[in-house]
Amino acid sequence: MGRSLREGSLVPILIVLAGLIVVWYVAAVLMNWQGMSDFYQRTDVSNVSFGQQLNDVLNAEKPLLPAPHQIVGEFWKTTVEQAVTSKRSLVYHGWQTLSATLLGFIMGTVFGIGLAVFIVHNQAMDRSLMPWIIASQTIPILAIAPMVIVVLNAVGISGLIPKALISTYLSFFPVVVGMVKGFRSPEQIQLDLMRTYNASRFEVFTKLRWPIALPYLFTSMKVGVAASLVGAIVGELPAGTSNGIGARLLAGSYYGQTIQIWSALLAAALLAGALIALVSLAERVTNTALGARA
Amino acid sequence: MVEAKGLGLTFKTADGDVVALSDVNLDIKRGEFVSFIGPSGCGKTTFLRVIADLEQPTSGSITVNGTSPADARVNRSYGYVFQAPALFPWRTIEKNVALPLEIMGYSEAERRERIARTMKLVNLDGFEKKFPWQLSGGMQQRASIARALAFDADLLLMDEPFGALDEIVRDHLNSELLKLWASTRKTIAFVTHSIPEAVYLSTKIVVMSPRPGRVTDIIESTLPAERPLEIRETPEFLEIAHRVREGLRAGHSYEV
Ligand SMILES: Nc1ncnc2c1ncn2[C@@H]1O[C@H](COP(=O)(O)OP(=O)(O)O)[C@@H](O)[C@H]1O
Ligand SMILES: [Mg+2]
Repeated sequence: MGRSLREGSLVPILIVLAGLIVVWYVAAVLMNWQGMSDFYQRTDVSNVSFGQQLNDVLNAEKPLLPAPHQIVGEFWKTTVEQAVTSKRSLVYHGWQTLSATLLGFIMGTVFGIGLAVFIVHNQAMDRSLMPWIIASQTIPILAIAPMVIVVLNAVGISGLIPKALISTYLSFFPVVVGMVKGFRSPEQIQLDLMRTYNASRFEVFTKLRWPIALPYLFTSMKVGVAASLVGAIVGELPAGTSNGIGARLLAGSYYGQTIQIWSALLAAALLAGALIALVSLAERVTNTALGARA
Repeated sequence: MVEAKGLGLTFKTADGDVVALSDVNLDIKRGEFVSFIGPSGCGKTTFLRVIADLEQPTSGSITVNGTSPADARVNRSYGYVFQAPALFPWRTIEKNVALPLEIMGYSEAERRERIARTMKLVNLDGFEKKFPWQLSGGMQQRASIARALAFDADLLLMDEPFGALDEIVRDHLNSELLKLWASTRKTIAFVTHSIPEAVYLSTKIVVMSPRPGRVTDIIESTLPAERPLEIRETPEFLEIAHRVREGLRAGHSYEV
């Protein structure tokens, strides 16, 4: 069923995509038209034909809203046509962000699972820890990210680690919530069965709670990996950092380089999609091994 | 094998006490096949769970295999077959049967040997690598019986294991269970609410009634050990069934 659904949905997706691109072009023309007229006036250019202005609008250097082909062009220029070690390469910046995302995601997942194990085996922990965990996520990340970066910088830690820590902070939450639920999902009859074998808590965990929680883990990880990416990008925004997609976004907005901003956004979206696809793949492989219906 | 004296269990619930068992006196001897029959709510499951140390009695005493239920559980003296198969869906059938063996620390070779033996015993050889969802309900329940047999406990506790199955499958499994009992010489405590099933299987039938849950009659079967399915049409069989029905009626005001 999954397969036919996936094949069947390709056409509608393409149609929607084509529609979006058309809307985007219309919006780009509408939003940039007046700016171009003002530009003509300032530079004393007159008698511009409609076609000429349309062409200028769609190829402006700093449009309010760049057209799709400009973004793709910039993306191409900064990925394929640049050495990956160059600071002008989006691949270089993408890797800066990706490495922090992955490190933070792994730490967040491990930390989240650890906390969940602790909470599930400890009645008191459940009541005392859970409110703090929830409270931790109500603090706006934009407020604490600069502090983390600046404080760690002051003690000589910069680059990957501070960004990864912010990713950890954002990604452990879905994992801990999902896994607490997952570890608690065995039915009473399954727990009774283990009790008749006089199974230890450790055996109940490894043979029942862990395998039954795996579907919850993958769901949480999909949310967590996206949150990690956001965390890494936010960690690149504070002044002083110059590497990563976040830094590109910030630099772009300083200098009004809208095309650069949008191509950085495109890179972020592609990364997010790839990361989630990776988790989904791991999920599918695990499900098959654990006997899920085809 | 199991000796209960003045056994009682009262559940404290939000809307008052529920007397699930009161003054149960029962002696299950080694090698017996004892059925528990009665309308739902008469404490059949609760009694089995007390034997298995899954519930604690609030009065009286009980020994299992000469020890307390807790020690019997720790010693793995019994195998429990629940009403539902309770197979782990992420494990193949053979891995499900291996579960107690893994926990009890059997070696890899011994596990393989026991899986092969018990799978054969319940007629599931050939289905080792299947996942539970690939098996019918009857086969799943047989797998759960194999799992309970795998570690060779002398006592088998079965709580309406065939309750959810249709009659044809049930007949078949009943005669298989009798053969299995004869060949393994286990002691079996079997909960049912089917009179023919109880009479067909048992050497002893314990009739129970609810509110409060108690034993109202204990019937020793006079049927021979060898029991083809046709025995259920003999006068002797019908006579015992009649006594069970009378016992159920006497113990309670409504017809079963
Ligand atoms: N955990 C429990 N808490 C409260 N009441 C219970 C519990 N388990 C069983 N009971 C009650 O005890 C009585 C006997 O239940 P049970 O042993 O399951 O009966 P049976 O298996 O004969 O249908 C019923 O009235 C049931 O509602
Ligand atoms: Mg019951």
